[in-house]
Parts: sequence; C-alpha cells; structure tokens
Amino acid sequence: MGKVVVPVGPQHPALKEPEGFSLTLEGEKVVSATVRLGYNHRGIEKACEERTYTQNIYLIERICGICSHTHSTCFIQCVEELAGVEITSRAAYIRTLVGELERIHSHLLWLGVAGHEIGFDTLFMYSWRDRELVMDLLAMLTGNRVNYGINTIGGVRRDVSSEQIKDILKTVDKLEERTKYYIEVLTQETTIVQRLAGVGRLSKEDAIRLGAAGPTARAAGVKRDTRKDDPYAAYGEVPFEVITDQNSDVLGRGIVRVKELMESYKIIRYVLERLPEGELTVKVPKKIPAGEAISRYEAPRGEDVHYVKSNGTEMPERVKVRAPTLANLSSISHMLEGGYLADVPIIIAAIDPCFSCTDRMITVTDREKDSKSMLDWNKLRAYSIDWHKERGLDFSAISHLREDGR
Amino acid sequence: MSKIGKILPVALKTLFTKPSTEAYPYVKKLVEDDFRGKLEFNCDVCIGCNICTRVCPAKAITIEKVEGEEKKFKAIVHLDRCIYCAQCVDSCPKKALKTTQAFELAGFETGNMTVEV
Ligand code: SF4
Ligand code: SF4
Repeated sequence: MGKVVVPVGPQHPALKEPEGFSLTLEGEKVVSATVRLGYNHRGIEKACEERTYTQNIYLIERICGICSHTHSTCFIQCVEELAGVEITSRAAYIRTLVGELERIHSHLLWLGVAGHEIGFDTLFMYSWRDRELVMDLLAMLTGNRVNYGINTIGGVRRDVSSEQIKDILKTVDKLEERTKYYIEVLTQETTIVQRLAGVGRLSKEDAIRLGAAGPTARAAGVKRDTRKDDPYAAYGEVPFEVITDQNSDVLGRGIVRVKELMESYKIIRYVLERLPEGELTVKVPKKIPAGEAISRYEAPRGEDVHYVKSNGTEMPERVKVRAPTLANLSSISHMLEGGYLADVPIIIAAIDPCFSCTDRMITVTDREKDSKSMLDWNKLRAYSIDWHKERGLDFSAISHLREDGR
Repeated sequence: MSKIGKILPVALKTLFTKPSTEAYPYVKKLVEDDFRGKLEFNCDVCIGCNICTRVCPAKAITIEKVEGEEKKFKAIVHLDRCIYCAQCVDSCPKKALKTTQAFELAGFETGNMTVEV
C-alpha cells in the first residue's frame, strides 16, 4: 500500500493554537510523525532584557493564560535566589494556594477539552461549568480571573482574609464532590474507557528516555513531580501524594489529572488551616546582584524551568524559559506512531499542550545553498510586505504607522 | 469495570435545572470589588514624580502638567496598551491612582484609546 503524507495543522491541530504535524499514513495507520514548532514565536525572552525585573513579572505572567502563576513564580524564584532573599512563610503559603487553584482550573479545563476532542461534549460542558467555581475563587483572591498578578519580587501582593478562607473551603468541598464524580466517569463510563484505553501508548522506559514531564510521565508510572523532587514555596511542608498510573495511555493521563485534583484539595485545606502569620513581602533592592539562577516549578502540564542571568543592573541580561510542553513534544511523535489518524487530536490534546509557550525563533534552512538563517522582526516585516506586494497589495505606504512595532 | 451511561442520570437531571450561563451583555456580570480595571486618577494628590510611568511594563501611562497651573498634573492612559496589572497603583507614593471595576473598554479606533483618566 502506498504511503500518504497528511499535514495536520498549523491551524488548531488539537487545541486552538498553531502547531504543525506531518503524518505519514499507511491506510488509517500513522507510521511516522514529525512535529514542527515555530508558528507563534512572540519574542518574550528577548523583550525581558529590555524591562526591569518588576516589569518582567507581568510580561512573563503572560507567557501562558492558563499557567500564568506558574511562569511568574518560576521567574521570581530565580530573581529571589539571585538577590539572596527568602520570602516569608505566609507569602510562600499564598503562592502555593494560588498555584493549586491554578492546577485545578487547568485540569478541569483539560478534562473538558479532552471530552470535546472525542466528541463527548456533555463532559466538556459539565467540567467547564464546574471550572467556573474555581475561576470565581481566583477572581476573589486576586482580582482577576486570568493573569492574577499575585506575585511580586519578595512575596505576594494580596493577603487572604478569614472570610475568603471560609469561601474557599466551602467551594473546595463542592469541587471535591464533583471531582469524585469525574473520577467515576473516567474510570467507569464505557464511552470514555473504550475510546481512550490503549490510545497513544507511552511506556515507562520511553517516557524516561524521551524526557516526558508532568501527567504525561506520571501516567506512564514515572514518579516525577517537582513539588516533591525539588520543593519550592510551601510544598516542602505540605503532605500530598504523587499520583501515578500504570495505564500508560490517554485514559491514564486523564485519570492522573482527575486524581491530582483530589490532592490539590488536600493541599489547599492544609495550607488554609495552617496559614502562618507574617508579612506579605520582604524588601528586595531594584538592582539584582550579578549571577545566574535556575528555578523549577511543577506546572499543571509538567516541569517548567526558568533561567535568569543578572549583570547587576535593574534589568536581566538573559531570561530563558523551558515550558513543559517542549519536554512532552518529543514523546508526541512516539505516541502518534502506530496509532490511527482519528486518534491524533486526542493524543496531542492528552499532553495538554501549550504551543505558544513553547515556540521560539524560526530558523530558515535554504536546501540549495545548505545554509541556515534566522528571521528577525524587521526581516519578517519586510518579507510580509513583499509577499503581499507580489500579490497586488501594497502595505509599504502605511507601514510607518506601526514603525514602533506595537 | 465499565458501565454504560454513567453520565446519563446527571445529564437528565441537568435538563431540569437553571442554565449555568449568564445572559451577558443583557445581564451584567459583576466583577470583584478589587478587580483591576480602568484606572482612576486623583489629581489633587499627584506630585508628578513619574514613578508610575517608569514602572509601567506596557508604556501605558504618562503624567502631564496641566497648562497654566502650578503643580497640577493629569494622567493619560493608553487603554489599548494597559495590561491592567496595577503596578502603577502599587508604586505610586501618594496613592493617586486606583483601579476601578470598569472593564468594557474595547473600541473601534486605536486613535480613540488614549484617554485622560
Ligand atoms: S495598570 Fe499596569 S499597564 Fe496599566 S498603566 Fe498601570 S502599570 Fe501600566
Ligand atoms: S506615581 Fe503617583 S504621584 Fe507620582 S506621578 Fe504617578 S500618579 Fe502622580
């Protein structure tokens, strides 16, 4: 049988984000798959070098709309390490609280998306309805539903009041009730079990070899969780289990996520019951001493890594972000191979990808000359203007309007 | 062990409950009191130190002198650039800036998005 190459993406291959997959098919079976990154490079790392550390919190927070607290905390941990400050326990507890609320909303979001990808929109509707409960909590605690802005260098910006604690505990009870139901649905509902079991296999050995992170790794039985392996914020004091599963397929990844929700509720209750008294922030000088720091954070999708290099000024010299999706992308092609074309969307969705957080610079390879080059902002602009001109649209006349790149 | 229709009883029950969605924009969803919305400026206390302009990550706020008046300032905000982080509010030494609950700030022309608050 002849082989057919099918491009999937770059428009919404699974979630509403751009990424390109090239699948080689034999009939309905995928024999090989390649992933192509680079459709949504936003230049955030470079932009960080032109902003002060405080300004960067808000920029870094906007790497991802779902795990915004993840990125801002991970970056701030680097800066605090460089500055040699230790935040108060109250601040660490509040960071943990918001971090877990974020995990809950992210996992419930994923559950809905996964339901949607397999045509089970009832589940999508229910889990997104329940996700509103935790979104309301985040809005109450931080002011806004997304991009909470709770972090500042040296602590947190807002306190938690005793009324808020009562509200959170009440909502967490409700969410726990709903989650128990979702665990039953995921493990018992025939529609789900039959659709997802055995789909997108990734063995324990492969998960380790390919460097999988987060629920993708844990569903393959790899007990890997930064909260336990390298505790940050208050995780060193909080008791919780690292959830793993032996299914090693999409079903397992779902089960790991819903069971992790139960652990998050436990963590939240523990944190709120023992919220230590103390200041919210400690003073940090504007100029950060020269040095390098790396920090790790367990995002809902896996381990997030930030690197900051300081040269002793108010602005960092280099910021590097390794989002968890990048760690899981190498497993993706492996999981797709041997599966069916119809399973591609749910397998991709099962790593809970965040492509825009992962995208970096595009390198253009000229096959004839065998040379590589990079396109910077100006070159990309010129390229797009020329591209349109060839097709009869002249933008060069109005290009001055947006000269500042805004 | 798998069961057929684990979700069915709940789906049937939900048929008879109130919708969870809200009829926005006909019904306004209230945001929290300390929501970070459009900025409000108190010209009586501002001393024109420009700290807000300097800390703003989005180059969204400028403080200008009011023509012909001693030590009187006005705040110009680019609503389309502001990311509503409220760092200017936190950094202002005189508490001249405040966030409000206003969030319906979209417009049709970029030129109209720069306003005095
Ligand atoms: S809220 Fe943030 S972005 Fe908006 S003007 Fe203030 S500092 Fe700038
Ligand atoms: S920081 Fe406050 S006092 Fe200073 S210029 Fe801005 S609004 Fe005025």
